[in-house]
Amino acid sequence: MHLENLSEKPEENTEGVWAGFTPGNWQQNVDVRDFIQRNYTVYAGDSSFLCEATVRTRNLWGQVLELIKRENASGGPLDFDTEVPSSINSHAPGFIDRSLEKIVGLQTEAPLKRGIIPYGGIRMVQTSTEVYGKALSPRINEIFTKYRKTHNQGVFDAYDATIRKCRKVGVITGLPDAYGRGRIIGDCRRVALYGIDFLLKEKQKDKDSLDPAHIDEASIRLREELAEQLRALQSMKKMAASYGFDISRPATNAQEATQWTYFGYLAAIKSQNGAAMSIGRISTFLDIYMERDLAHGVLTEAEAQELVDDLVIKLRMVRFLRTPEYDELFSGDPTWVTESLGGVGEDGRPLVTKTSFRVLQTLYNLGPAPEPNLTVLWSDSLPANFKRFCARVSIDTSSIQYENDNLMRPKFGDDYGIACCVSAMRLGKQMQFFGARANLAKMLLYAINGGRDELLGVQIGPEMPVLPDAVLDFDTVMERFDTYMEWLARVYINTLNIIHYMHDRYSYESALMALHDTELVRTMACGVAGLSIVADSLSAIRHAEVRPVFDKHGVVVDFTVAGDFPRFGNNDDRVDSIAQDVVSRFMNHLRSNPTYRDSIPTQSILTITSNVVYGKKTGSTPDGRKSGEAFAPGANPMHGRDEKGALASLLSVAKLPYDDAEDGISYTMSIVPSALGRDDDSRMHNLISILDGYFLAKGHHVNVNVLNQQTLKDAMEHPEEHPQLTIRVSGYAVNFVKLTREQQLEVISRTFHENM
Amino acid sequence: MQPAFSELHTRSVDARHLLARIHSFESMGTVDGPGTRFVVFLQGCQFRCNYCHNRDTWDPDAGRLYSVTDLFTEILPYIPFIDASGGGVTVSGGEPLLQREFVRVLFKAMNFQGIHTCLDTNGHVQASAYDEEMDKLLRSTDLVLLDIKHLDEQKHFAITQVGNRRTLRFARYLQEMNKATWIRHVVVPGQSDNPDDARRLAEFLAPMGNVEKVELLPYHTLGKHKWTEFESTYPLQDVAPPNREAMLALQAVFEEFDLVATIG
Repeated sequence: MHLENLSEKPEENTEGVWAGFTPGNWQQNVDVRDFIQRNYTVYAGDSSFLCEATVRTRNLWGQVLELIKRENASGGPLDFDTEVPSSINSHAPGFIDRSLEKIVGLQTEAPLKRGIIPYGGIRMVQTSTEVYGKALSPRINEIFTKYRKTHNQGVFDAYDATIRKCRKVGVITGLPDAYGRGRIIGDCRRVALYGIDFLLKEKQKDKDSLDPAHIDEASIRLREELAEQLRALQSMKKMAASYGFDISRPATNAQEATQWTYFGYLAAIKSQNGAAMSIGRISTFLDIYMERDLAHGVLTEAEAQELVDDLVIKLRMVRFLRTPEYDELFSGDPTWVTESLGGVGEDGRPLVTKTSFRVLQTLYNLGPAPEPNLTVLWSDSLPANFKRFCARVSIDTSSIQYENDNLMRPKFGDDYGIACCVSAMRLGKQMQFFGARANLAKMLLYAINGGRDELLGVQIGPEMPVLPDAVLDFDTVMERFDTYMEWLARVYINTLNIIHYMHDRYSYESALMALHDTELVRTMACGVAGLSIVADSLSAIRHAEVRPVFDKHGVVVDFTVAGDFPRFGNNDDRVDSIAQDVVSRFMNHLRSNPTYRDSIPTQSILTITSNVVYGKKTGSTPDGRKSGEAFAPGANPMHGRDEKGALASLLSVAKLPYDDAEDGISYTMSIVPSALGRDDDSRMHNLISILDGYFLAKGHHVNVNVLNQQTLKDAMEHPEEHPQLTIRVSGYAVNFVKLTREQQLEVISRTFHENM
Repeated sequence: MQPAFSELHTRSVDARHLLARIHSFESMGTVDGPGTRFVVFLQGCQFRCNYCHNRDTWDPDAGRLYSVTDLFTEILPYIPFIDASGGGVTVSGGEPLLQREFVRVLFKAMNFQGIHTCLDTNGHVQASAYDEEMDKLLRSTDLVLLDIKHLDEQKHFAITQVGNRRTLRFARYLQEMNKATWIRHVVVPGQSDNPDDARRLAEFLAPMGNVEKVELLPYHTLGKHKWTEFESTYPLQDVAPPNREAMLALQAVFEEFDLVATIG
């Protein structure tokens, strides 16, 4: 890397709010990437410059922690609104402690008080308020049942019988048909760089340039959407004014840039209750302002860290009112405020800045936390010091996920962000229609049972005779499976077309879309669950002897397996190739269906945490998994079946074709610190090599859980969520979830109480 | 099998194919030598250590048969990880020298690939085995992890049901070859945690010159459950792992002799 050669900058812009910045196309048009590329300063140094939390920060965060403690103790929301549907200006300004806050803005007038957002569906709001012991205002109820239709109602008006059945049995689940779809990232950096007035002008230009002679359904929709966007921008100005800030103009310093950016995000989370509300990739952008202020001596390092700490405090306070069932499905109360860090630019310069470090430092200053969901875009050419710091933070906090920048950059450029866990999109230029996922393991059972549901016995898919064979034949099953995948892909895309048509109509994300280009790329983000089960099942059918067990109605309800067969997760091509093939086949079936707004179909191999729920809804499978047993999360091998250690497992997953799973391939690696090496230094060193090697092998994503005692205890209760937790001491390795309870307790006491 | 292996047939486990009995693999070994390592656990052991955590590797007739080519194919995909971490391949067990022809050919193949090799052994080698073959194997070995359970023969016997003379002779052999060696010493309360014993071991190791490190491994009970699978009683039912202070005290003893000693 030749960083020194690239830091040379053309003449500086010396006038107005952009004084000191290198001029470029970004001044004429909305082009945040151009601004970043011309102005950011690569930081290749180590973490020694970072500051600890100041007394002020500790005081402020202490107050929030106190509220969070009370919230946790209550087992639900701390408080929530029942009278006023949330919107950008629905609530008076809210503060934690006005005298201490450097970045302000809350979703409602009080910290952690949750707003209600009924546009996605009133039922979800009703149920939530009831469960948590406060009646929803009858007026709101009346408005959203009598006068104002919701997304949820629209969807069910259009669903047909097949879709309803598929949804009920869990062939397709997690659909955003009763709540906000989320996974849309507004480019809130635009608010800081340009100010709202510039953005209004640009959007108005777009609206004015629409062809008046050509008014059809699509252009009418666009006209209406642009009008909504313009209104949302005006609302943002008003919201900021209520906090005493004028965001009609660009931000002039680091404090304002951070505040303006956050206002852009706040508008989104006040008006949408999306499953994942990611923030994008703001660190390197904000760093440019911090560098300018630091250079002018108007900001100290401690103050820069305070701004970042304060922003992160706000991001940790994002709350939505949701039902307990929803929380069960998603394990907890996630918001997926994903912030993408690092990565490398198209010119080869790493996009790592001091603020990339500052954001990671919040995990020390404020303690570890799942939100914001910090995502490092990894490349072998990231600065060594940054890699080391990431590895250290991972080992200390388990709060970082990693994704392959080298794999994504050619597809998404160098200014993309991650929505939710693994969905890459060009910021402000691309959005997705979130589609949850289809259960492929269940579909394999439908193929065997001729479309009958193995748990309910009723006909769901197209009717064919149950496979009569005493021993299942690979080619026969595969041919059937392919037919049923084709059917499923059609039903699935049809369902998503309805959902997103209605979402655009009844719950349009005007605040988020106002921070996108008017012309943009849309993807239809499908997904699959149960891939490792399908691969192992097909492998068993091919390499061992699988006999179906029929119930009295002639439906296959179980299988007996004789002989050994290769299992996904051992870097064994005999089965890994089956997994690859299934991914590509299903993707091709998805592609052959027309999509809403000509969106480009993609798929993810991701379950988030609902792998437990999928398992409950799926009967016994030919791989030996019994009815009701949990799936492995995401693209993970089934727990206990990977016998050659973590790297073998990583390499099996890395073989899955990203080209046919562009919405992301998720892998979760759980490990105790001692399994990474004997001492801190070798642990960091080994983790870096694992990441370099995995991403070189074209792996897409890995969640690194370096477990503490609490997580090990959790693994005892929920082994399915810690599929390959390996405990390792010299010359010895064992899969934690395979041990008896007594043995597990022994491991826990040893790993954390005794010395290793 | 490739004809090049023909001269090695004499003492191989399977004279025709040079196959080894393998217990298992670990693709991400981080504690058996430097870096991340592909660890091959070979089947069969002469020792009967009462704290053995790999009880399932004792039987020399168990495990799966692999040829060097099979094994090489298994290792190949991990080379990027090995390169990135400064790791390599470690052969452990069981006792790998029971299948030393196989290890030698495997290590030779690794040498050609520039992959670091590490032999984790108890050094229990009979006098007649110090032949050219052994020299060749050691020349292909970059690092030896030599397990010395105890310097005192009787105490060694109490732990392993085998004496330690062969092990100590192997240590001297490594010294003569000036082979880079890490000594592994499992610390079991009541068996091998006596500071005086540690002092004698340190006195033995200090002048050797080829000992780069002494790894003091606190006894642990994680392998206990494996014994029940063999319907045998775990001999150390009531022994608890050593405490931190005891480990630090032993470490200090080795450091007195200018030896690098690590815990864990």
